[in-house]
Amino acid sequence: MIPASFDYVEAASAEAAIAALTEHGDEAKLMAGGHSLIPLMRFRLATPAVVVDISRLSGLSYVRDGGDHLAIGALTRHCDVETSDMVRSQAGLLAHVAGQVGDPQVRHRGTIGGSLAHGDPASDLPAALLALGGSVVARGPGGERVIPAAELFTGFLETALAPDELLTEVRVPKVPDARWSFQKFNRRAQDWAIVGVAACGNGAGTGVALINMGQTPMVAAAVQSALASGASAADAAARAAEGTEPPDDLNGDAEYRTHLAQVLVGRALAEMA
Amino acid sequence: MTVIGTPLKRKEDPKLLTGEGKYVDDIHAVGELWMGMVRSTMAHATIDGVDTSAAAGMPGVHAVYTGAQLMDMGLWAAPLPCAWPVTPDMVNPPHYPVATGEVHHVGEIIAVVLADTRARAADAAEQVEVSYGPLPAVASIAEARTDGAKAHSELASNKSYTWALVPDPAALDAAFAAATHHVTAEFTQQRLIPVPMEPRGVLAVPGVAGGDVTIYSSSQVPHFLKILLAATTGISESKIRAVAPAVGGGFGAKLNINPDESLALVLANKLGRPVRWTETRSEAAFSTHQGRGQLQRIELAADADGKLLGVRVHLDADMGAYMMLVTPGVPLLGSFLYTGVYDVPAFGFTCDGWFTNMTPTDAYRGAGRPEASYAIERAMDILAGKVGVGPDEIRRRNYLAGGEKFENLAVPSTLVFDSGHYGPSLDLALDKAGYGDLRAEQARRRAAGDSKQLGIGLCTYVEICGLAPSRALGGLGFGSGGWEHAVVRLLPTGKAEVVSGSTPHGQGHETSWSMIVADKLGIDPADVTVLHSDTAISPLGLDTYGSRSLAVGGVAISMACDKVIDKARLIAAHQMEANPEDLEFAEGAFTVKGSPDKTMPIQAIAFGAFLAHNLPDGMEPNLQEQMTFDPSNFAFPFGTHVAVVEVDETTGQVDLLRYVAVDDCGNQINPLIVEGQIHGGIVQGVAQALWEDAAWDADGNLRNPSLLDYLVPSAAEMPSFETAFTVTPSPANPLGVKGVGEAGTIGSAAAVINAVCDALSPHGITDIEMPATPRRVWKAIQEAKQ
Amino acid sequence: MQVDMTVNGQDRSADVEARTLLVYYLRDAVGLTGTNVGCDTSSCGACTVLLNGESVKSCTILAAQVRGADVTTIEGLADGTALHPMQQAFMECHGLQCGYCTPGMVLAATSLLADNPRPTEAEVREGLEGNLCRCTGYHNIVKAVLHTAEHDAAFWQARASKSGVTA
Repeated sequence: MIPASFDYVEAASAEAAIAALTEHGDEAKLMAGGHSLIPLMRFRLATPAVVVDISRLSGLSYVRDGGDHLAIGALTRHCDVETSDMVRSQAGLLAHVAGQVGDPQVRHRGTIGGSLAHGDPASDLPAALLALGGSVVARGPGGERVIPAAELFTGFLETALAPDELLTEVRVPKVPDARWSFQKFNRRAQDWAIVGVAACGNGAGTGVALINMGQTPMVAAAVQSALASGASAADAAARAAEGTEPPDDLNGDAEYRTHLAQVLVGRALAEMA
Repeated sequence: MTVIGTPLKRKEDPKLLTGEGKYVDDIHAVGELWMGMVRSTMAHATIDGVDTSAAAGMPGVHAVYTGAQLMDMGLWAAPLPCAWPVTPDMVNPPHYPVATGEVHHVGEIIAVVLADTRARAADAAEQVEVSYGPLPAVASIAEARTDGAKAHSELASNKSYTWALVPDPAALDAAFAAATHHVTAEFTQQRLIPVPMEPRGVLAVPGVAGGDVTIYSSSQVPHFLKILLAATTGISESKIRAVAPAVGGGFGAKLNINPDESLALVLANKLGRPVRWTETRSEAAFSTHQGRGQLQRIELAADADGKLLGVRVHLDADMGAYMMLVTPGVPLLGSFLYTGVYDVPAFGFTCDGWFTNMTPTDAYRGAGRPEASYAIERAMDILAGKVGVGPDEIRRRNYLAGGEKFENLAVPSTLVFDSGHYGPSLDLALDKAGYGDLRAEQARRRAAGDSKQLGIGLCTYVEICGLAPSRALGGLGFGSGGWEHAVVRLLPTGKAEVVSGSTPHGQGHETSWSMIVADKLGIDPADVTVLHSDTAISPLGLDTYGSRSLAVGGVAISMACDKVIDKARLIAAHQMEANPEDLEFAEGAFTVKGSPDKTMPIQAIAFGAFLAHNLPDGMEPNLQEQMTFDPSNFAFPFGTHVAVVEVDETTGQVDLLRYVAVDDCGNQINPLIVEGQIHGGIVQGVAQALWEDAAWDADGNLRNPSLLDYLVPSAAEMPSFETAFTVTPSPANPLGVKGVGEAGTIGSAAAVINAVCDALSPHGITDIEMPATPRRVWKAIQEAKQ
Repeated sequence: MQVDMTVNGQDRSADVEARTLLVYYLRDAVGLTGTNVGCDTSSCGACTVLLNGESVKSCTILAAQVRGADVTTIEGLADGTALHPMQQAFMECHGLQCGYCTPGMVLAATSLLADNPRPTEAEVREGLEGNLCRCTGYHNIVKAVLHTAEHDAAFWQARASKSGVTA
C-alpha cells in the first residue's frame, strides 16, 4: 500500500518543527526515521495532512555525558545507541535493547526518540527507559521540560507529549556497574515481544518494566516494591502481572501473558543475581 | 560427457543476482491503467448499493465499474473455471471475477477502479461506498457441517460433494473387527497462506491492430491461462498470448485462473489500453487462494504386533467460498497416500467438500499429500505407543515389501508404486541423526527433570508426483491431460535450443534442461538455450505443478534428444557414406565403428541440415524434433525425516534443534538444485507445524493477513539441515527420475509434530494441534498436569 | 516535489509526490526494478537497499527524506560484469531460487558483513532476521554469507575498517 497524500514540510530546526506543529495542530505528524509512522500510513491507519520531517536534524543525533546521566539525542538511531561505547559502558541495558529492536534494517533507520514518542506498549525501548528510571526532554513553544519515564506513557499509543511538543533528548542515569537483564519472548526474531521484561539496578533499587502487558509500556510496580521490601526473587516474580491488563491476541491471552511475565521476570532477576 | 549428476551452477543466477530478472511488476506498457479493487469487507452479505460517484471524480481516474455494470457489459462467456469436477453431482456455484447480488468472502471484488497510477487506483478504490445487507457467515468447517448458516444463500446445503475410495468395504470392516489395536485420531490441517515472495500481478496489453491481447502474469500455468481465459471470455484462443516472465515463487498459489487476470484481459480488450494490477501482500490473503483447510479423521486397525490390518480415513475439506481451478481435487490428491509406505491389506477413504465464507482453497506445496503423510505418520506414532514399541520399529514392521527394494508394486489404494526401498532410508536417517545418542540424551533430561525436554520425531513418507498419466487423470475427472511437450533443435552454428512446456518459477529449469540436452547431445550446457513460459514461443505445454517438471517435461526433452540423434545419424551416415547402424554416437560425434578417424560432430551435422545441400532424399532440411511425453505411471519419491526439537516446558516454546532429511527422488540431474528444493520444502512444512496459521474469526474475518501477524519464519528460526540421499530409479521413465519439489514439505510437518509429542509424552500428551505455538504447548502441559 | 539523490553513483532527479516511498522512487522514477516489494509491513526485506552504505528497507522511507543521500541498489553492486563477492557466493552456494528476495537478501548480507566481517552461523541467521525467503529454507543463503566471509576475508575486513567498525 501507498500512503494517502499529504503535504511535506521539512523542518530545518527543532524550532521550525515546533512552529509547524503549532501551525497545523492535529493535522500534522512528526516523522523521524518513519519506522513507526510509515507502516501506519501505508495502511492508511494514519492519514496526516501534513508530515513534518525532522529526520535530517543531525543536531539531535548524539550521545553525551550529562554528568550523572547520559544524554542521547532523540534522533540517534537504534544502531548508534547499540554500538555507542558510552551507552554500552554506562547503560548497558539500553545499548542491548536498542540492538533488539526490529531487525538490522530497522535499526539503521529507526530512532530512539521516535520509538519512545510512539508509546507502543509492545516495543522494547520504552521498557528499557522505565527500568533505567530515565526521562525525556520535550521542547515546545514555551520552552523545554523534562518528563520522567514513569509519566511519559499515558495511554495506548499516547504520551504526555503535547501536540506541539518535540521530544529532543533521552536521559538515562549512568549505571556502569549495574546488573541488568532483558528478556524478550517472541515467536520470530523480528517480531515484537509477546511479553518482554527489562530490568536494571539503578540508584533507587531495581527497576523492572514490562512489554506488552497493557495499554502502555509499564513498570512492574508490584515486583519493584516486593524487591524493595526484601522479598525473594521468586516471590517478587510471582507478582509480575499485578496491576497489568494483558492483551488477548493471536499469540497470547491474559492467562498466558500473566504466566510469561512471571517466568520472564523470574529469569531476569535470576540473571541479575 | 557426463553433466547429469553434477552440481552445475545455475544459469538463471547472474540475471537474478543483478536485478535483471523482470517480474510482472517490472514490465510496463505505454498508456497502462492500474486496477484498484474494491473488495468486500463482509464475509457474507447482499450488496445493496455501490456508490462510485466520489471515486469517479478523483484525479487520474479513468473509469469505475461495479460488478453489475461489468456483468451487463457481457464480458464473460462463462464463470471462472474449475477444471476438476470430482463427482458428476458436485455442487459448483458460478464464480465470476466480480460479485453481483451477494458476496461470499471478505476480499471478493465488488467494483474495479481504473486509474493512471498505482497510488491513484488505491486512493479511488478507497472512496467507493458499498452498502451491505449482512448475512450469517460460515467461518469454519465445523459450522459448514451443521448447515445452520449457508455459505451461499441459494444452496440447499454447504456440502459440495462426497467422494469415496473404498475398494473393498467388507474387507475393511473385517480388518477392523479382527484388530487387536485400534487408533482413532483427528487432526486439523489449518489453512495456510502460500506467500510466494513475489506477490501475484498481471498486465494485459492489447495489440495495436485490435483483437490481440498479451497477458503477462505471475503464473505457474500460462498455458492453462491462455486456454481457460479464452474459454471463459469468448476471446479466441488464437488471439491470446500468455507470458509468465520471471516468476517469484509459486508453491501452488500461482496455479490458478484468477479474477484479476480475467478482469485485466477483458478490460484491456474493451478499453484498448493496457490494464494492470499487482496485489499487495495483505491483499493477497484474499486475492490469492489459500492452502490446506481440512479436518482429518484417521483410524488404524493393527494386530497384536502392530502390523497394520486396515486404514480408514474421512476428510472434511474446506473449499472456501468457491471452487477454483483444482479446489475440489486437492484433498483427493492425498487420498492414495493415507496408507503411506506401509503394507495395508484394507483401505477406505471418504471426503466431503464444504463451502465456507472464506478465501477459496486450492493447491499449496504438496497439495493433499502433506496432509495425508501427516495423518498416517502421526497415527503410526500413536500406534507405536499402544503397541509399546519405538516409532522406528512400528515402521519397520509395516514397510511395503518388508523394507526391501521393489518395483511396480500394487497398493490397496489402487495405485502401483513405481519403485521403493524404504528400509535403507530409515537406517541412513537414524544413523545420520545419531538416534541412539539422541534417545540417551532424552532419557537423561527426563531423569533430571530438565525444564527443556528433547523430542525426536520421525516421518517416513511417500508421495505422488510426475503428474501424470493422462488416462489416470481422466479416471479422476481432471479436466486436462498430464503430458508435456518439448522441442529440441540444433541451430546452424551448432548451438541447441530447447522449447519446453514446463513453466519454471524458481526451480532452475534452464539449468537442468541444459544439462539433459548437453548430456544427450554431447555438447556444452552453455551452448543450450531454453525457451519457455510464453505461449507464442512455447505453444504446447501443461506447465509446472505437482513436482511434474522433470519426470514429465524433462523426460520429454530427453526423448526429443533421442529423436534428434536418430535423425542426425541418418544425415551423418549419408554424408559419411556409411551404414547408419555402423555409426556410434558418443561425446557429441558420430564415428564409424572400427574407423575412429571417420567422425562427424553433431555441430557439423546441424550445419549440414541447415545447408540442406546433401541430405538423404526426402528428408526435411532441419535438425529439430519434438516430443510429447505422457508417462505410463506416476512417480513415487520417498524418504525419512528426523526432527529434533527442544520444548521449554516453562513457556511452551519449541525450538527446532536439528533436522535430518534422507530423500530418494530417483536419479538426480543436478544435486545442487535437488538439495535446494529439499531445504525450502522442509521450511514450509516446519512452518505449518510451528508458525503459520491463517486465523479466521467467527465472522469470517482474517485476523492476520499481513506478514506482521502471519508468521513466515526467517533464517533466525531455522537450523542448518542435514541432508542425504538414497537413489532408487523410477522404472516409469527413461531417465529414472521422480521429482523433488514437494518432498521436503511432505515429510516435515509430521516429523516436527511427532517430535513435539515425543517430548511431551511423559505428560500423557499424544497430540498438539498445528501450529504448535508456545501458548498451545504450554496450555496442553497445564491441562495434562491437572 | 523534486527529489534528488545519488543512486549507484549516478545523480538522479525526479519530480514525485511527497508520499512516494523510496522503493517506488527507485522502481518507477529511476527505472531500477531490481529492488522488489514483497510486503506492506516492513517485514520481508525484499526492498532492502544500502543507504549511505547501510541496509535499510526502502518501503519504509519516503524518498523525500533521503534527498541528497547515496543509495546502492542491487544493480549497483557488481563491478561491471564482475559480480560482487556476495553475489558470487550466492551463485556458488545456490543461495537463490526464484530470485525475488535475492536483491534484498544480498544487500542485507553485504551490510551484515560490513558490520561484522567474521560472523558465526548464529550471527548470520540473526543478522538476516529481517529478510524472508520462501524458496531456499535459508540453508544455502547462510552458507553463502559464511562462504564469502571466509573466502573474501580481506575484502570484508577492508570494508569494515572503511566504515570505522572493527571486528
